[in-house]
Amino acid sequence: MSEDVGLPISHRQRLWLYCLGGLVLLFLIAPSIIIVIMSFSDSTLLQFPPQQWSLRWYQTYFGSLEWRDATIVSVKVAVMTVLVATPLGTAAAYAINRGTLRFNGTINALLTASLIVPVILIGIGTFFLYARIGLNNTLTGLVIAHTVQALPLVVLTVLSGLRSYDMNQERVARSLGAGRVAAFWQVTMPQIRFSIVSGALFAFITSFDEVVVSLFISGGETTTLTRRMFNALRDQIDPTIAAISTCLIVLSVVLLSVAQIFGRRH
Amino acid sequence: MSAQTALMQEKAGRSGPDLNTQALHMDARRESLRLLALLSPSLLLVFAIIIVPIGWLFWLSLFDEAGAFSPANYARFFEQASYIKTFITTFKVAFIVTGACVLLGYPLAYMLSQLPRRAASICLIFVILPFWTSVLVRTYAWLVILQRKGLINSWLIDLGVISQPLSLANNFSGVVIGMTHILLPFLVLPLYASMKTIDTDCLRAGMNLGADPAATFRQIFFPLSLPGLASGVVIVFVLCLGFFVTPALMGGGKVIMWAMRMEQTTSLYSNWGAGAALGVVLLVVTLALLGLFQWLLGARATGVWSSR
Repeated sequence: MSEDVGLPISHRQRLWLYCLGGLVLLFLIAPSIIIVIMSFSDSTLLQFPPQQWSLRWYQTYFGSLEWRDATIVSVKVAVMTVLVATPLGTAAAYAINRGTLRFNGTINALLTASLIVPVILIGIGTFFLYARIGLNNTLTGLVIAHTVQALPLVVLTVLSGLRSYDMNQERVARSLGAGRVAAFWQVTMPQIRFSIVSGALFAFITSFDEVVVSLFISGGETTTLTRRMFNALRDQIDPTIAAISTCLIVLSVVLLSVAQIFGRRH
Repeated sequence: MSAQTALMQEKAGRSGPDLNTQALHMDARRESLRLLALLSPSLLLVFAIIIVPIGWLFWLSLFDEAGAFSPANYARFFEQASYIKTFITTFKVAFIVTGACVLLGYPLAYMLSQLPRRAASICLIFVILPFWTSVLVRTYAWLVILQRKGLINSWLIDLGVISQPLSLANNFSGVVIGMTHILLPFLVLPLYASMKTIDTDCLRAGMNLGADPAATFRQIFFPLSLPGLASGVVIVFVLCLGFFVTPALMGGGKVIMWAMRMEQTTSLYSNWGAGAALGVVLLVVTLALLGLFQWLLGARATGVWSSR
C-alpha cells in the first residue's frame, strides 16, 4: 500500500527500531533453534553447542515402545479429530455465513466458546462428565473433546473463505436445476476448498499439540504424546524430549507451510 | 374504485388470499430449519462438552462437603491464606507477563508494520511459527536454557561473569520468562493487524505540517494503535489467569497459580466443590474482562484467532 510512498524517514533513522525488533524476533525463535540443535547432541548433559553429534536421542525415541504408543495415539486422535471437526465446522460456517438465523450472535458465541473458556476448566469439566459416562481414557472421548477445541478454528477459517465467495453462484446453479448438495459440492466447494484444507490442518495441530484437556482425560493405553511428555518433564529433563520436540517443530513447520501455500493459491 | 385496486382484487381472486406470501414464509422457515440442522451437530458437541460440565460444576460448587447448600466453597477464598496467596501470585504473574509482552511486542509490531510487505511477511514467520509450536516444546526449551546447569548459567560461568549458577528456572522468574515467550504472539498479531490499518496518509499529513518523526508517532500513530494494543493486552492477561502448563513445569512447586490450584484441589484432594468454585470465579473474571473490553471498544477480542 505505502511501500513506494513511505514516510520521509530513512532506514538509518530507524536502525534502533530494527535492532530492537530483531532482538525480540530472536527471543521468539531462539528456543526452538536451540532445541533442534541440542537434539543431535551425543551427551546426556545439556551442553550448547554440543561437543559431539549423534542420533542417539532419536533412536531412544523411536526405539521406545512407550513413546511410540503415545505417538500413535496422538496421530490417531488428531486424524479422527480432523475427520469430525472439518465437516462439522464447514457445515456450521456455511449456515452462519447465510446470516439469516435469528440467533446468529448467540450461535457464534457458542461455537467460539472453547477459545474463551479457560482450558483448565474445560479439562476438569470434561473429566468430570466423562467419569459419569465412562469416556475417560478412551479414543472416542479424546476425539470429542479435541473436536470441540478445533471447531472454532475450522469455523473461522472456512468463514473467512466464504466471505470472499459470492453465494449467488450457488443460487445460479440451483436455478439451473442443480440440487442443494450438488450445487454446494460442484460450485461452492471447489472455490472454498483451500480454506477448508487450512481449517483441517489447524484442527490437526490443535489436537496433536493439545496438553491440558488430554492430561485429565487420557491415560493408560490412550496416553497421548503430550501427556507423556508432560509427565516426563515433571520428573527430570530427559534429552529424548529434545528429539521429540524437534519432530513436533518440524511437523508445525510442514503444516504451516502447506497452509501457507494453499492460502496463497487461494 | 381505482383501476389498481380492481386489478389487485382480481389477482387475489385468482390465486387465493396471499398464497404467495404464505409460500414464501414456509420456504423461509424451511430454510432456517435446514441451516439449524447444519449447525446442530456442532452446537450439540459444544453444549455437551462445555456448557453441561460447567453448569454441573457450578451446581456442585454451591454445596459443602457434607452436601448441604452453602457458600462455603466461595467463602474459603477470603478466609484461607493459601487461596489468597494463589490469587495474588496469579495476578502478579499476569501483570508482569502482560507488561513484558507490551514492552517486547509493541516495538516488534511497530517494526513489522513499517517494513516493506515482503520483509514483514518473512519476519512474521518468526512470530507465527512459535505460535503454532506446542506449549510443551517451548516450556521444555526454556527449562533447558534456564535451569541450574542450563545454557545461560554455563555460559555466564564460562565467561566468568558469575561463579555460582543463578536460579532462573523452577521459580517465579522462570514462569514469567516462559509465559512471556508463549504469550507474546497473542499480543503481536492483533496489534500488527490493527497497525496495518492505520492510514499512512495521516502520518504523512502530520509530517507535512511540521511534526518531527517522534511527534508524529506520539500524537498520531500511537493513539491510533491503542485499540489493537488493548485487544492484545486483554487476550494476554486473560490467558495468563488460566495458564497451566508453564507454571506447573517451571514453577518448581513454589509458584502456585490459579489453574494449578484447580488441578490440585480436584485431582489431589478430590475436593470437587472447591475446585469447581475456583473454576466458576475464573470464568466469571475472564468473561467480565472480555465483556468490559468489548463494551469499551466495541470489538471482539476473539478476532485474533482468525489471524492465526
